[in-house]
Amino acid sequence: MTTTEQTKRVYGYEDVPGLMSLMTGDEKHGPAATSTLDVLWVLYDRVLRVSPQTADDPGRDRFLLSKGHGPMAYYAVLAAKGFLPVEWLPDFGSFGSPLGHHPDRTLVPGAEIGSGSLGHGLPIAVGTALGLRARGLHEPRVWTLIGDAELDEGSNHEAIAYAGPAGLDRLHVVVVDNSSRSHARPGGIAARFEAAGWSTRTVDGRDHEALYAAFTAPHPGRPHAVVARVEPKSA
Amino acid sequence: MDTMRDRLAPVVTRLLDEDPRVAVVLAEVGMAGFETARRRHPDRVVNVGIREQLLVGAASGMALTGLRPVVHTFASFLVERPFEQVKLDLGHQGVGAVLVSAAASFDWPAGGYTHMAPGDVALLDTLDGWTVHVPGHPDEAETLLRQAVGAGDDKVYVRLSVQSGSRAMPVDGARFLTVREGSRGVVVAVGPMLDQVLAATEGLDVTVLYATTVRPFDAATLRWATGGAAADVVLVEPYLAGTSTGAANDALPDVPHRVLGLGVGRAELRRYGTIEEHVAAHGLDPRSLRERITGFLAGRRTPAGV
Repeated sequence: MTTTEQTKRVYGYEDVPGLMSLMTGDEKHGPAATSTLDVLWVLYDRVLRVSPQTADDPGRDRFLLSKGHGPMAYYAVLAAKGFLPVEWLPDFGSFGSPLGHHPDRTLVPGAEIGSGSLGHGLPIAVGTALGLRARGLHEPRVWTLIGDAELDEGSNHEAIAYAGPAGLDRLHVVVVDNSSRSHARPGGIAARFEAAGWSTRTVDGRDHEALYAAFTAPHPGRPHAVVARVEPKSA
Repeated sequence: MDTMRDRLAPVVTRLLDEDPRVAVVLAEVGMAGFETARRRHPDRVVNVGIREQLLVGAASGMALTGLRPVVHTFASFLVERPFEQVKLDLGHQGVGAVLVSAAASFDWPAGGYTHMAPGDVALLDTLDGWTVHVPGHPDEAETLLRQAVGAGDDKVYVRLSVQSGSRAMPVDGARFLTVREGSRGVVVAVGPMLDQVLAATEGLDVTVLYATTVRPFDAATLRWATGGAAADVVLVEPYLAGTSTGAANDALPDVPHRVLGLGVGRAELRRYGTIEEHVAAHGLDPRSLRERITGFLAGRRTPAGV
C-alpha cells in the first residue's frame, strides 16, 4: 500500500459532503449515497488506529470495506483524513483515475482490500484476524463494513459461523442496515451473529456518540458486530 | 507405495517448523494428517470447517498479513466451488497462496462426478499469473510442494493424484524433461501420464517430453524438441483434453505444426468403478493412446509443391 503526502488542510465531518460532491456533482446526497458516511467518519475519526503515516505498519488497525458499491463516502473520508489527495476526487471513475466505482486496494492508498463483488470482505477479515494472531500481533483490530443486503451472500455466513466459535475477538463487523434486503425479519441481522456467539449492538447509524459507544464496547473472547440502522434505501 | 498426498502433511509440517510465514488452511478434509502440526503451531494450522468460500477468503486475509498460506482440499472444492474467491481474493487482491488439491480428475471413481475435477487446470487458465505443478510421482510431489511454498508470494496450484508413475524424475519446477528423442513428432506426457505414454510410444520414432510444471508452459523446450521444423505435437494430459493446446500453439507461432490434445473427455461418463476403467474409458490407456498417436502422425499430408 502506498500513501500520499499529508494534505495541508484539516477536514472535518462537515466537509465530507462537499468532498463527495467533487465525485457526484450533486450538492445534496440522498440516503443511499450517504448510508455509510457516519459509520465511516466515526471509525476513521475516533476508533481506527491507522493514519497515512502508519498505513503500512504491521501493527495498524485494518478496515476492510466489503460493501464496495457506492464508495464515494469512503473516498471522501480517506481524502479528508489525508490517505489520498482531494485532487483525485473529481476524476472518480475515469480511465486514468485510481478511484473506481468499486475500490481496488492496489490503486487506492489506505484501502486494505479491493471490493465490489459482495460477500468477500468478512471472510478476508477473518483471515486477517487469524494472520495477525499467527504473527503474534495481538493489538491490531480488524474491522469490516458490510451492507444489510450484502449479508444475503452465503460466504458471510460461513465467516460468521466460524468466527464466533473460534473466538476471534479482534474481529469487528459493522452492518449498515438501510433495509435494502428483499427478504428480512426484524432483528434478524443481530440474531444471526448472536446465534454464532458474537457480541452485538444495534444502534442509530447517524448518531455519532451511539456509534462510538457501540464500536468501543468491550467484548472479551468474542467477535463483535454492530448493526448501524439508517434510513431505508427506498425512503 | 505411498501416495503424493501422503507426503503433503509431513512436508508442510517441516516447512511450518522452518518458516514462521507458512500457514495451513483446511476445510475438514485432510485434518488428520496435520494433527501434530496443529498441536505444535495452533495459530498457523487452521481448520475452518466445511466452508470453502471461507477457506480461500481466509487464506487471502492471512496472505495480506504477510503469511504464506497453504490451502488444501479436493480439487472440486478448492478450485471450482470457490472459484470467484480464487479469482478475487487472491488474484484481484494481489496476494499469493499455495493451493494443493487432491482427488484430481477421477481418483475416486466410485465417488462419482461430484468428486471429479478434470476442468481445474483449464479454469485456472482463465486467470493470470498462476504456476501449475502436476507431479507424477510422490517424490516429485515433495520437490514441487517445497518449491511452491518457497516461491515468494506467487500463486501456485499443486495438483496431487493417487495416479502416479513407476519412477520419480528429476523435476525442477520449471522445465519439461526429455525422456526419449525421435524425429517423427513430439509427445508431451503430463505428470501421471508418463508410464502410459512411454508404453504407448514404445518403438515409435518420437520425442517424449515429460511435463510436471505446465504453467508457465515450457515453450522453449517444446520449440527445441520440434527442431524448428514442421512439427506434430501430441499432448497427453491427466485433466480436460486440450487444456494446453493453446499453449502449445503459442509456443510455435512461426513453425507449421499440428497439435493433438489428449486427456479427459468433456462428457460426463456417469460411471463408477476403478481408476483403470476410467483411464480406459477416456482413451488414456497405452493401447488407445498408441492408436490415437499413430493415427495422428500418419495423418500428416505433404503440403502441395513440396
